[in-house]
Amino acid sequence: MDKQFKDYNLPDERGHFEKFGGKFVPETLIPALEELENYYKVAKQDELFQDELNGLLNNYSGRETPLYFATQLSEELGFNVWLKREDLNHTGAHKINNALGQILLARRMGKNKIIAETGAGQHGVATATVAALFGLECIVYMGEEDIRRQKLNVFRMNLLGAEVRPVSSGSMTLKDATNEAIRDWVTNVESTYYLIGSTVGPHPYPMLVRDFQSIIGKEAKVQFVKQSGKALPNRLVACIGGGSNAMGLFYPFIKDDIKIVGVEAAGKGLESGEHAATLSKGDFGVLHGAASTLLQNEDGQVTLPHSISAGLDYPGIGPEHSYLNESGRVQYFSATDTEALDSFQWLSEKEGILPALESAHALAYLRQDNNGIEPGEHIILCLSGRGDKDVHTVAEALGLNL
Amino acid sequence: MNRIQKLFSEPKEKLIPFLTAGYPELDSTVELVCNAAEVGADMIEIGIPFSDPQADGPIIQASSQQALDNGITLKTIFEQVTEIRKRTDVPIALMGYYNPILKMGHETFLDYCISSGVDGLILPDLPLEEAEPFCELAKSKGASPILLVAPNTPNERIRKISELAGDLIYAVSILGITGNDLASKDALQEYLNRVRENSVTPFVVGFGISTRDDVVWFNQHSDGAVVGSAIIKNMNGSSNPVERTKSLIQGLKGIIS
Repeated sequence: MDKQFKDYNLPDERGHFEKFGGKFVPETLIPALEELENYYKVAKQDELFQDELNGLLNNYSGRETPLYFATQLSEELGFNVWLKREDLNHTGAHKINNALGQILLARRMGKNKIIAETGAGQHGVATATVAALFGLECIVYMGEEDIRRQKLNVFRMNLLGAEVRPVSSGSMTLKDATNEAIRDWVTNVESTYYLIGSTVGPHPYPMLVRDFQSIIGKEAKVQFVKQSGKALPNRLVACIGGGSNAMGLFYPFIKDDIKIVGVEAAGKGLESGEHAATLSKGDFGVLHGAASTLLQNEDGQVTLPHSISAGLDYPGIGPEHSYLNESGRVQYFSATDTEALDSFQWLSEKEGILPALESAHALAYLRQDNNGIEPGEHIILCLSGRGDKDVHTVAEALGLNL
Repeated sequence: MNRIQKLFSEPKEKLIPFLTAGYPELDSTVELVCNAAEVGADMIEIGIPFSDPQADGPIIQASSQQALDNGITLKTIFEQVTEIRKRTDVPIALMGYYNPILKMGHETFLDYCISSGVDGLILPDLPLEEAEPFCELAKSKGASPILLVAPNTPNERIRKISELAGDLIYAVSILGITGNDLASKDALQEYLNRVRENSVTPFVVGFGISTRDDVVWFNQHSDGAVVGSAIIKNMNGSSNPVERTKSLIQGLKGIIS
């Protein structure tokens, strides 16, 4: 492995992962980002903060989540599949890890209003949950198209006391919800905490979300040794929209000599023009406050992504993933809507686990012909969320009317 | 002395209308800009439409989307500025989000700016931390980067921003997006005094400015007033946007037609 990864220590002081990352935001937000960074630096070193967070992760969210050896999958595939069960978290996905961390920061900063963007609704639910827990006002921006696809999560957020604000501009999905959240934040910056749900946005968010999610990889590393008797897995696999569950699993292993694979959403196919495979098909650009990789046209206008999974339906990707891709540390593959649907059913039938459609993309990679996996390998796959929220989408795709 | 330096060396009231390029029709911009200049606009801000305009309120967002649907591109905007330059010497600043500029490339973009006759560049999502390479290149080619400050920008930072800008800075009137309501005059005055004391360049103010009274007041406390959403809103649905815009600008300038 290259020395640059043995000493991996990014982002730099300015929030850059080499040419990716940074702070591309209106001037109004600069003081807010600096304030957040300062509070985070203190909290990171503060035992009281870490104890409170760990207490909530353990006793409120139900960590640690199991590392489950998938016997049936492994038998069928000829290699060993370990599922990191983030689907068993409170609220049904890894999103709560980050939401708990950030809400504690928001409280320290004295902010009384929480805003968030959401795609699939999992981050919105996680944010609404932690806002309810601490009695803070919560507004979640969500594209109208996503509201249609994820009615159940909208109702869950309402039950948790959050206001879901429909966004009808642009593609009416996650990208536009993020624009609207940023506009709210610019306007109410002094009273409002913007609780970003993925490893995207201006510095320090990609770093901060990664750090809060890296509990996934830290636990998995210890669990794997204990359960398998081996020092390290051969390979990690996770799906990528913005990239938070993936960074959470990858980061604690980044200096280890193992293969790491991210799986993007290829929608109706990489050549169809209807996909969300940012790293495969996008190029360098700036969106939502960071330099990264973007789906865009030749004039630099952001183009509309497509994925059956609302959580992956995003034209950008976290800046650290862009760096890990360009530097070659992580390999990025993609899986289509159809492959994800097949794998959704596959895991349900084989292991009795309904995966989120997002996570089903990672599962689909295991079954691809050219994935490079050797027989007998040990693979940890992040099962980032549970599939209950997706049953209507899956039924629709299968031509059923529930 | 460039057109921006020359304008701001003159002690007079300044009105800077904002027009979205390619709105309401793809080819509207040349006539709108030339007529605005004719009835007394002192400088023109032309918005480069972007798919994700984070600093803009609903009015300018909608005009950007319409302009994109009309087929506006950066190259078309430069062709339009070239046409405008044949007819007027009014200073022109392009206001645009960073990604389309990055996609075209700093060098190519700035060369087009210079050859077509653009004087200044306002990039709302390129703050001091990231702005230096672009600003230095712009200045070396003879275009003025017009960096932004906001009510929560500390004094020392205002100074640094104005030093990097060189000719002119743009003070956002409010914590918020274009078209929002203005804050109280007391708070505004305190903020604008702070900008005056700390900026090494002249400064104009924009966001939420919509009336003749606003234009007068902001000219008393700064070096010029930008009017955006009010101009776009005024021409929405009009059968004659050029005439409507002319009469609005005359009203904002206090000229009775």
